Amino acid sequence: MSSKTLFDKIWDAHRVHSIDDGPDVLYIDRHYIHEVTSPQAFRGLDERGITVFRPSLTLATADHNTPTRDQHLPIREELSRMQVDKLRENCSRHGIELFGLNHNYNGIVHVIGTELGYTRPGMTIVCGDSHTSTHGAFGTVAFGIGTSEVEMVLATQCILQTRPKTMRITVDGALGKAVTSKDIIMHIISLLTTGGATGYFVEYSGSAIRALSMESRMTICNMSIEMGARGGLIAPDKTTFSYLKNTKYYSGNNAFDDDLKSWKDLITDPGASFDKEIAINAESIRPMITYGTNPGMAIAVDAPLPDTEGMNSQDRDNYIKALSYMGFSPGIKLDGHPIDYVFLGSCTNGRIEDFRAFASVVKGRKKAENVTALLVPGSRLVEEQVKKEGLLEILRDAGFELRQPGCSSCLAMNEDKIPAGKYAVSTSNRNFEGRQGPGARTLLASPLTAAASAVTGRITDPRLF
Amino acid sequence: MAKEKLNIFESTCVPLPLENVDTDQIIPARFLSSTSREGFGNNLFRDWRFDQEGRAVQDFILNNRKYSGKILVAGKNFGCGSSREHAVWAVYDYGFRVVISSFFADIFRNNALNNGLLPLILPDDEVKGLIALVTAAPETIVKISVQERKVEIPSSGKSFTFEINPYKQECLIHGLDDIDYLINMRSRIADYEKKRGGLG
Ligand code: SF4
Repeated sequence: MSSKTLFDKIWDAHRVHSIDDGPDVLYIDRHYIHEVTSPQAFRGLDERGITVFRPSLTLATADHNTPTRDQHLPIREELSRMQVDKLRENCSRHGIELFGLNHNYNGIVHVIGTELGYTRPGMTIVCGDSHTSTHGAFGTVAFGIGTSEVEMVLATQCILQTRPKTMRITVDGALGKAVTSKDIIMHIISLLTTGGATGYFVEYSGSAIRALSMESRMTICNMSIEMGARGGLIAPDKTTFSYLKNTKYYSGNNAFDDDLKSWKDLITDPGASFDKEIAINAESIRPMITYGTNPGMAIAVDAPLPDTEGMNSQDRDNYIKALSYMGFSPGIKLDGHPIDYVFLGSCTNGRIEDFRAFASVVKGRKKAENVTALLVPGSRLVEEQVKKEGLLEILRDAGFELRQPGCSSCLAMNEDKIPAGKYAVSTSNRNFEGRQGPGARTLLASPLTAAASAVTGRITDPRLF
Repeated sequence: MAKEKLNIFESTCVPLPLENVDTDQIIPARFLSSTSREGFGNNLFRDWRFDQEGRAVQDFILNNRKYSGKILVAGKNFGCGSSREHAVWAVYDYGFRVVISSFFADIFRNNALNNGLLPLILPDDEVKGLIALVTAAPETIVKISVQERKVEIPSSGKSFTFEINPYKQECLIHGLDDIDYLINMRSRIADYEKKRGGLG
């Protein structure tokens, strides 16, 4: 038998049919849905007069537009309330499990699916959200889809997909002080650019990846889409297995040992070939921050912004347009630049490890007066854990408030908007124009950089703490 | 469900010379709170098209009456970012049937094809040339044939062929829908499940 990549093994095991000169029919093991990209899909089913084909394989949550305060009260914003109500109605009509607002397991779709054990190695996973790539951290083929495809999965548990090319990114070596997995992925995206992995499915490997916790691996896979990749995955190993063993899913049954056996083959065979290979030295990575209006526009926090010299006219125009939106000019250093907001949260960095990291920096210090901070756990379980571990006191003593879970300021569909022209150091994944509110200026960074900046009120190199 | 068919047509173009246009620009998140597919065209490129008081931004291309048509010509990596299909609905609802670029983000391309919007890929230099041409001469007619996979610009005598997956080409021409195709396969899918066993 020829050597296969992990991606190929999973894809091939889920191929129901291949259309001649066309896409594959791919079976989906796990489908996640949320309130924003599902209503039109359910409506499509109704118009066709059909029901959900395999309701037990879909799990729903409300996260994108939910408020992060007073969740026990009715949602104030009318359209958001309507979407959340619609989701509840659709789920109950079709027999789909819903961890809606106020449920003990509610939270951001990519946080809850993984922490509860719904995501398991070898699966194919889709969701109407581009950061579905997060689930790849468990050795799954997971990717974001559009609403028409959500409808396909609801109707048939399958979608039509063209097989992507494969890329391996190997990160070897030890990480420096205050360098996190967020910095690894931001470094990679800055090298490849925002469209550099389009058409590819990425496998991350190497000693620096192996050394990471599951939370950190999820941060890396999460942002694969920001360089255009269809998804990103990491072969499961001991770290994966022990994380899974402690999830709700396995506490309720004794299938773990059998499942473990079936996961052993989930590796890329030695000698398997990729369409593209990239090698990165972990020691060369510094804490990163974005300066522009896409995630590829990132530099080390202590480095000056690029010069326009040597850029062609189109690149220069795009660069200057981005900088003028951000209120920066070429060649300046961001380190020390005043900020207005800090956002800790999202499916990229809203997990317990991120709250631990943030708390470790602000412990015994005080939030800067000029900074408004939004600290939003990725899920109810993360919120509980923050309280259980005593992190809440540390945060409160430092002048921070903890909010309730949801996507919040990552896409600002709820009330958590950054005002126009204000600077926000954000642990989320996108710095597009207006992403955090019309005119908002987003600076993506790790939880450590966000914490250091929250304390000083300026963009701050976390290595100083 | 049948979609509008797309095969042979001609139109003027709207040039948008920006690269990496993300779906947050195409339709900002705060306009996603709808449960239907209609009406998104009003908010297409909302924050470039209108200022915060809702007044039209005069120098944005969609507000320039010289430019109109069913074809949008855009810089590379069009449609990156969020998977929101609302971006495609907005482009389509506004009246575009084709977007020409040298490079599309994967999810946007899939979403477009699932909604009868043709994401048409030409070489980067040709896209830049076309943007320059239609910017200077907004009356330029571009002819497209999905059947022949051909783009033609009669005024400059240029023509190109473009790539499209033959299955997707058929779907566009006949207004067919992937979901119908899959629904017809339900029993095969059930067989696959039996063969594999133990799902859930
Ligand atoms: S946190 Fe942000 S990126 Fe993640 S699912 Fe929510 S909106 Fe999408």
